[in-house]
Amino acid sequence: MRLIPGDIIDLMLAQNDIATGQDRAAIEAALGLNQSLVAQYFSWIGAALTGDLGNSLWQNVPVVDQLAATLPITFELGLLAMIVALSVALPIGTYSAMRQDTAGDYISRSFSLLMLAIPSFWLGTLVMVFPSVWWRWSPELNYIPFTEDPLQNLKHMLVPAVLLGLSMSAVTMRMTRTMMLEVMRQDYIRTARAKGLSESLLVLRHAVRNGLIPVVTLIGLQAPLLIGGAVILEQIFVVPGMGLLLLEAVFQRDYPVVSGVFLIVGVGVLLINLLVDLSYGLLDPKVRHQ
Amino acid sequence: MSNPNLLEVEDLSVSFRTDRGWVRAVDSVNLHVAPGETLAIVGESGSGKSVTALSILRLLGDSGQVDRGRILFDGSDLLELDDAGIRKIRGDRIAMIFQEPMSSLNPVLTIGKQVAEPIQLHRGLPWSVALEHATELLRKVAIPDAEHRLGDYPHLFSGGMRQRVMIAMALACDPRLIIADEPTTALDVTVQAQILALLKDLTRETNSALILITHDLGVVARYADRVAVMYGGRIVESAPAGELYSNPQHPYTRGLMNSIPGLDGSPQSRLITIEGQPPDLANLPPGCAFAPRCPHASNVCHDQKPALEQIAEHHLRACHGYE
Repeated sequence: MRLIPGDIIDLMLAQNDIATGQDRAAIEAALGLNQSLVAQYFSWIGAALTGDLGNSLWQNVPVVDQLAATLPITFELGLLAMIVALSVALPIGTYSAMRQDTAGDYISRSFSLLMLAIPSFWLGTLVMVFPSVWWRWSPELNYIPFTEDPLQNLKHMLVPAVLLGLSMSAVTMRMTRTMMLEVMRQDYIRTARAKGLSESLLVLRHAVRNGLIPVVTLIGLQAPLLIGGAVILEQIFVVPGMGLLLLEAVFQRDYPVVSGVFLIVGVGVLLINLLVDLSYGLLDPKVRHQ
Repeated sequence: MSNPNLLEVEDLSVSFRTDRGWVRAVDSVNLHVAPGETLAIVGESGSGKSVTALSILRLLGDSGQVDRGRILFDGSDLLELDDAGIRKIRGDRIAMIFQEPMSSLNPVLTIGKQVAEPIQLHRGLPWSVALEHATELLRKVAIPDAEHRLGDYPHLFSGGMRQRVMIAMALACDPRLIIADEPTTALDVTVQAQILALLKDLTRETNSALILITHDLGVVARYADRVAVMYGGRIVESAPAGELYSNPQHPYTRGLMNSIPGLDGSPQSRLITIEGQPPDLANLPPGCAFAPRCPHASNVCHDQKPALEQIAEHHLRACHGYE
């Protein structure tokens, strides 16, 4: 971050047209940027341990407050995207496996490849531009907090959540398909079939839980991607979340904000993976007993 | 007079789709089994014995298909039934026990659930009642502390115990016919005998028929009333068990008998084997499939397939004959 050409002082001075060496040193000292990087780091981490992530260099408000305002929004977006991703990936992946090598399987696999290949920023731009040209409809861009008007809020969040979810669903869907194919070849599926179970009971009762274990791991691994995707989609759809905060902070070289966001992202990824590990216990009795 | 047989397999031929085209795995097989009777189908891997068994319940999967034949169960042809029709038979009238107790039970479902499942499915009973039945079944197959083990998962059971669970599952709906596909192959020898005796007792109790599929002419087939020996997709010899053991007539059966190690031979003596390799089903010889390995083969054996013919009462053999 500090290696990016043009630091925050350059940006500040460029806005004010009073570029003298003296001002520069004064501002650096005022912001605490004249210390060595190592010293800055330790003072930041020391404060972070007490829950103080410093102030934004531009707005002079606590980073913690900025995060508290934006985190729930990004969390909502991520949660919605995850719901979209799973509700697309699991049924279609299972369907694809059950109808292996049929037209339906090829269509769903092509769809998943397409979703994997299309960058969400491009798809997002398309969704912004074309419907408004063709049908004079454009996605909602005014953010309204969920607590004020849940319906309006969802209306706004839905488009970016669907886009983010679809791009995430691709890998999950392929994984679901592969795992279901693998599971359906197992001996215990033959046993279940020999008991007279219908194909739908076979899948729901005997196959899904066995097939889901690796899929859950994958969902955990995708969590960082979710945040990366959110950065871009929040920018396109003007969602005032953590992604947008991060993007602006990077542009403005607002170091404490960037560090704060990454700290939260890191903690978030750790928590998601912890949840994934705990969920193994629910899915796999062998893990539970040991 | 009504048909004494519970199951009759008539002229069954089954093929599998492989990379090298369609391969005939079972060729013109005829079998029958009466209530209370135990039939052993003996053969090495690739002889078509498991495929024959899977065909009965139409569990061949997508790559296998029945080319011709009839499978009459209680007078109706199982091959003619629609999907719902065969599902009503599976697990209810005909139950199957598989070879690998380690992988044949679902690892994420409790054994109580798995044993109770066919009862709930075919009898339409609520889960609580079905689970009570399951407890009784587990007790019947001598699983200690049955009511407490109902909630345990398969990985907590040993191989022999799992096979007991499989048997309990198969018995759940009092089937008329049980097909056991190599039920003891994966088990220790001492456990094998226990499981076979258990199967035999339980089927005798309910007068149901048992088809025992095995490669082990030495141990397993001794529990049978009748033995059919398969080779290269065809039945080569079939006789009541006592008759077959005392008077094997097909060279292959004789070879199998000789290759059972006895206790009386000296420890230094080599095991007797049948020379050559099992036949390649995709590339069967035009004549008798066993001819390339047969010490008695003559020209006719290499050119013509021998038909299964009666050579004594209840004793059938497919061989051109030798002296």
